[in-house]
Amino acid sequence: MSSVLLPITTIWWREIIRFYRQRSRIFSAIAQPLVFWLLIGSGLSASFQPAGASDEIGYIVYFYPGIVVLVLLFTSIFATISVVNDRREGFLQGILVAPVSRWQIVLAQALGGTTLALGQGMLLLLLSPTIGIRFGVTSLLLSVGVMALLAFGLTNLGLLIAWRMDSTQGFHAIMNLLLIPIWLLSGAFFPSTGVPGWLAWTMKFNPLTYGLAAFRHSLYLDTTTKAFAEGAPWALSLLITSLFCVLTYVGATFTASAQAN
Amino acid sequence: MENRLEVENLSHAYPERRALDDVSFSVPCGEIFGLLGPNGSGKTTLFKILSTLMPITSGTARILGYNLATEVRIIRDFLGVVFQHPGLDGKLTIVENLRHHGHLYGLSGKILHNRISELLECFGVSDRAKERVEILSGGLQRRVEIAKALLHSPRVLLLDEPTSGLDITARQQLNDYLGMLAQMENILVLMTTHLLEDAETCDQVGILDAGRLVALGEPDELKAEVGGDVILIESTDSDTLGAAITEQFGVSTVLTDNGLRLECERGHEFVRDVVAAFPDEIQSVRFGKPTLADVFIKLTGNPLV
Repeated sequence: MSSVLLPITTIWWREIIRFYRQRSRIFSAIAQPLVFWLLIGSGLSASFQPAGASDEIGYIVYFYPGIVVLVLLFTSIFATISVVNDRREGFLQGILVAPVSRWQIVLAQALGGTTLALGQGMLLLLLSPTIGIRFGVTSLLLSVGVMALLAFGLTNLGLLIAWRMDSTQGFHAIMNLLLIPIWLLSGAFFPSTGVPGWLAWTMKFNPLTYGLAAFRHSLYLDTTTKAFAEGAPWALSLLITSLFCVLTYVGATFTASAQAN
Repeated sequence: MENRLEVENLSHAYPERRALDDVSFSVPCGEIFGLLGPNGSGKTTLFKILSTLMPITSGTARILGYNLATEVRIIRDFLGVVFQHPGLDGKLTIVENLRHHGHLYGLSGKILHNRISELLECFGVSDRAKERVEILSGGLQRRVEIAKALLHSPRVLLLDEPTSGLDITARQQLNDYLGMLAQMENILVLMTTHLLEDAETCDQVGILDAGRLVALGEPDELKAEVGGDVILIESTDSDTLGAAITEQFGVSTVLTDNGLRLECERGHEFVRDVVAAFPDEIQSVRFGKPTLADVFIKLTGNPLV
């Protein structure tokens, strides 16, 4: 293997092994969104209809892509906590003094988080037929692609913050302040139609809005649920999501280079 | 001048304080250089700069002829670093940790496999190779840590407080091993320490105090500069004896945990006289040459913590 790829694969591999050997991480990452989905989704579907939805499609169909994005969000961002721990201990220092470029380190870490998030997102995708969500093969492939993009962007967002943090407490605080709002205001929970103007604008400037829209478009490509593919147009959401990936990756690499010690 | 580590006029200031002040020294390959100093003396800053974790802001450093400011990438290839904080992943096994490290340095396949086996053998951890690092004892983890730093056959080995957390036997083993490594493999070893026992085993010692290099040389040379001898006297009534000695011989004594401590010229004659003068009060007398602690006290006026 080339000298460029070898360090990337080995750092990536370590992220995966670490996750695999911490059973509590696997459990919580899967259980949390499932519980969320079942309790809130089924509870609210009886009393809540998003604007523009027909009656036969329940709230759970609307809510489902949001749940998948929530899984991606939590898993990818919290995978980057290991950077905070590694910085405090000596492990990351060992990587920093090795003949490996910062862009390689960040790429490997981002791919690690992406893999974990994608794995869980796909698990949830496999469960979807059980609640009546149908999609074809094209939809599935497109959805996985969009999920990978989203996970990559979100992991890099996490890295951007984690590389500056000295404690996991600080990381949690910032994440709670940032993560929940960007998820709530992405259209995962409620659509932007009918909300007050300022909120609609906030949702317009939220990059996750476009990630979610891209995911909805690809998931509900060829079914009667197409009505739920609301929000930004397909091409625009894909473009903005890709741009989000590039910017967060460049930002994370820049942060990692600036934070030498 | 290629096979050396050379530091010239290195200074470093943090916003709130000056950590290094015009530090210069030079170490040839095959030698162990010990950086001795209390906490906050600038050891860690110097270590971070030399290990390429922190950029040089003032002065120059060349490692094996390469400029640390401009040729970091080349230097990293032949630099082995052991940090004070544990650098192993507890969730990985010993072998996995070493393999991960080898990959970072571009080693793979059979070459890496053989090198790992060789080091596991050398450090006596072959039989535990497949165990996770988190269940190993502190001393064992330290050994793996050093094996890891040596995996890519570095020509310069930097260690930050390598003996911290080790018991006396393990510490001695480590110091012996480093000595052997420097000699046999012609590796340049630089270690920071606040322990005199470690510093004594070095070929050259630099003593840092408040960012300045206050002494530089072989341990024996430095101790010779203090001059005189150190005498320790044990007694059932040290206070009274101390006063009596001061009155009779005109030397000041200090009461320490080990007994009465005093420094004087021509110590062998003093021992003869003091035992003759107080045959009943003295239980034991220890006569010795000054240690590096004495050097530190003489140069800075403070004890080495």
